Amino acid sequence: MIPERAINAAVICGLLAVPIWAVMADEIFTITLTTRAVILALAAVGLNIALGIGGLVSFGHAVFFGLGGYAMGILAFHAQTFTPLDLGLVSVNGTKSMPVIWVVATAVSALAAWVIGLLSLRTTGVYFIMITLAFGQMFFYFTISWSAYGGEDGMSIYVRNGFPGLNTLVPIQFFGLCFAALCLALLLQWRLRGSAFGLALNAARQTPERVETVGLNPMRLKLLAFVISGAITGLAGALFADLNRFVSPTMFSWQLSGELIILIIIGGVGRLMGPVIGAAIFVALEHWLGGLTDFWHVWLGAILLLIVLFGRGGVIGLLTGKAGPHV
Amino acid sequence: MKNTILASAAAALLAAPALAEVKVGMITTLSGGGAGLGIDVRDGFMLAIQQSGRDDIEVVIEDDQRKPDIAVQLADKMVQAEKVDVLTGIIWSNLAMAVVPSVTAQGKFYLSPNAGPSPLAGQGCHPNYFNVAWQNDNLHEAAGAYANTASYGNSFILAPNYPAGTDALTGYKRTFEGGIASEVYTQLGQTDYAAEIAQIRASDADSVYFFLPGGMGISFLKQYADSGVDLPIVGPAFSFDQGILQAVGDAALGVVNTSQWNKDIDNPTNAAFVESFQEAYGRLPSLYASQGFDTANLLISAIEAADVTDADAFRDALRAANFDSTRGDFAFGPNHHPVQTIYAREVIKEGDVFTNKIIGTALENHSDAYAADCKM
Amino acid sequence: MSTVLIIEQVLNGLQFGVMLFLMAAGLTLIFGVMGLINLAHGSLYMVGAFAAAWVAGATGSFLLALAAALAAAAAAGALIEVLVIRRLYKAAHLDQVLATFALILIFSEGTRYVFGSFPLFLDIPAYLSGPVTLPGGIQYPFYRLVLIGVGCVVALGLWWLTARTRVGIQIRAGENDREMIAALGVDISKLYTLVFAIGAALAGLAGALVGAIQSVQVGMGEPVLILAFVVIVIGGIGSIRGAFIGALLVGLTDTLGGIFLPELFKLFMESGAATQTGSALAAMAAYILMGIVLIWRPTGLFGARS
Repeated sequence: MIPERAINAAVICGLLAVPIWAVMADEIFTITLTTRAVILALAAVGLNIALGIGGLVSFGHAVFFGLGGYAMGILAFHAQTFTPLDLGLVSVNGTKSMPVIWVVATAVSALAAWVIGLLSLRTTGVYFIMITLAFGQMFFYFTISWSAYGGEDGMSIYVRNGFPGLNTLVPIQFFGLCFAALCLALLLQWRLRGSAFGLALNAARQTPERVETVGLNPMRLKLLAFVISGAITGLAGALFADLNRFVSPTMFSWQLSGELIILIIIGGVGRLMGPVIGAAIFVALEHWLGGLTDFWHVWLGAILLLIVLFGRGGVIGLLTGKAGPHV
Repeated sequence: MKNTILASAAAALLAAPALAEVKVGMITTLSGGGAGLGIDVRDGFMLAIQQSGRDDIEVVIEDDQRKPDIAVQLADKMVQAEKVDVLTGIIWSNLAMAVVPSVTAQGKFYLSPNAGPSPLAGQGCHPNYFNVAWQNDNLHEAAGAYANTASYGNSFILAPNYPAGTDALTGYKRTFEGGIASEVYTQLGQTDYAAEIAQIRASDADSVYFFLPGGMGISFLKQYADSGVDLPIVGPAFSFDQGILQAVGDAALGVVNTSQWNKDIDNPTNAAFVESFQEAYGRLPSLYASQGFDTANLLISAIEAADVTDADAFRDALRAANFDSTRGDFAFGPNHHPVQTIYAREVIKEGDVFTNKIIGTALENHSDAYAADCKM
Repeated sequence: MSTVLIIEQVLNGLQFGVMLFLMAAGLTLIFGVMGLINLAHGSLYMVGAFAAAWVAGATGSFLLALAAALAAAAAAGALIEVLVIRRLYKAAHLDQVLATFALILIFSEGTRYVFGSFPLFLDIPAYLSGPVTLPGGIQYPFYRLVLIGVGCVVALGLWWLTARTRVGIQIRAGENDREMIAALGVDISKLYTLVFAIGAALAGLAGALVGAIQSVQVGMGEPVLILAFVVIVIGGIGSIRGAFIGALLVGLTDTLGGIFLPELFKLFMESGAATQTGSALAAMAAYILMGIVLIWRPTGLFGARS
């Protein structure tokens, strides 16, 4: 059996090697695909903090993904049309600067996660799954009819936003940014798991009563995890919007929430690299199967089914021979 | 910058053994609930390519699953990996809005076989963007004009609450001279219209105009027919195309709808198209199939007249629209959208098959409301 | 707005609610007994509608079509229970969500492979079509009244099944303690297959009944599925009574919200904007209702208190 650490290193190297090969071979589209996998992985890393460590099965993480996307969309839309963004009390100008957009995207997502978490964490189990789903649906239907920002049509941003010192229009440079963000998020998760907070959270997932008896509030631990989780997924949403230069309500759809969960399960729940492996496999399957047949969803479904039925612990579980934490 | 130069040098090397002279990328919906439209566009398009007998046109077809982000990703793939010259195929306005501005900005041509969102006809028009179908408002404007000739005085109008829905009602109101009894927005994807039908019953309208494409229209028509409300209804062709009429059944009989195409438009191209489409695919063509067919023929006419690598000449050749359309005469307006006649059709039953018959002209040589905003 | 219109809309809301109940009853039964989240329930609804449309097209009989819908959905349900679902009872909710999500993909694209990409035709039979006049001069489609009737009969039937029959006793016992009833000699795996098939048949029946007035097409199950989940969560998962009340609440909220919210906004907004804002809020109404119920009662109206 292969140690998990070796797998982690191999994944990171692989993620770097593919685009470098693609630049050499002039396979620009491969870079775009890898970037997509990296961004989806980032979103799933966010979810994995709530789901894998905190045991919070959120079926509504598309909310944060979508909010991040719309933060980018709205700011860039006002910048490209030279119209001020009216916030009621103050009016600000739009921006095409990625760092500013990222700060706004994470802040908005964190705030939303705090409110949603405060309300949803009163419930547990299936009720939690469903209430988070309900929040996702609310945002989805709201944006569909929000005609100021394109409604169901969404918004096109004609030129990718800028980052100081880089030309983000060059695919490999944009990939580098996304990859850096993913590494930071992974580092954060790794540090988090070893920290006092992470240990307490892990304990709160397993036996909340014990955590309470040592004077910690499991509810607050979970809420904090949910906020961090939402903020990271929100950042991924902003990057995803920039990859496509487009945002639309499908970023809020329940299918997207489902896909994020799928990524984690494919890779392995609660594993550091689970979401990354899951995203890489998912994007590759989507690309490869889609080219084979019109009815590729059947095969995707069959593969997912096999993974659940026979591959408990996901790909990492299979490779290391150890089942992951039970959620 | 270095990357780009490297990339184009490599591209030149790779492109040396030319396989096909023109490469076309088709992004359309081939799976999921809306697949019927994409399949029709694709089949119509490929029929024209086959009939031309040319082997120098290569078509790469991909399924967008009706998801905007997938469509954008596929467009990137078409441009970056496949290095296509021309893109086409998108069915839905929101997908077109996601893809068209970016691919035309990269110097590719885009020929729209279906969607015609208003921003792309007005301020967001582009020299490399050609719409072979219609501007989104067209069929709705025609419906308003038809309602005038049918001397309706007060319409109850409804559409889903999304941009194409608001455009539809705006289009109808633009030409309709009577009053509006009520304006109702339904949910996108709604399947039960009992509440709206009750409102229609309670209103003092003398006619109903509705825009509910695909499955929504099927549900509405069946429920309306069963409700006992007998006000005349008018709609655009999207709820009455060949693909879904059989699913509506008797409930659609006699309903008037507007379309720029029908299988009984009397010209040799159309007659040959309807016959060969039936022969090739074993079903009657829909308006989407006719749009796919016309798009391919426009492309072929331009390829015959100019080299695709000479963008200016190719653009002029497209603009000339020198091809035999299933709609008879075909011409582009200044914003590269069709100037065309739109007909009123009635749903009839031919043997066991439900289909449409032209009953009159709704708008003659009609352009669109946004052409004046287009500066190119 | 006249009283007649309001009554008619309330009837519409009830009818929608009753249809949701048919979906939700199966879901909540399956969850209550086996503890399984079945996302593929919407696919069984679709299977019922397609089977009905196919049989109605071949034979012309609506009753045969309904029978076919029940049989096809029950068979499909039993099949997936034996092949897939059975392996998931002890798995985490997360695995159940993924596996049944995979089943949706397989069912949807499989159906499209068999029946093609265009919607199928299924219509109300002549003897059920057309409007009837109710007391007070309300014109109401007869078929929708029949739907309300069928839903109520099914609700009573389910109550009878669970409260008065031997199988019902086993089902209720299975909810509480599956090891114990297995020890008492009940073949638990047969019981589970049976319950799953009953739930599937209910979904199939709903699909066929609704398919006659809507569009029979691939993907028709998912929007209803999500609302059915909202229903069982509001009612309290596992409770048939909760599902019934929840379904009526959601049906009424959704229907009446769509009518009255735009009117409400017209009081203080310009007409076009009011219609749009009102419709947007109406689309969110059912979910807002669910949020409020869960914040007030975290296990739904009739759910077991933890």
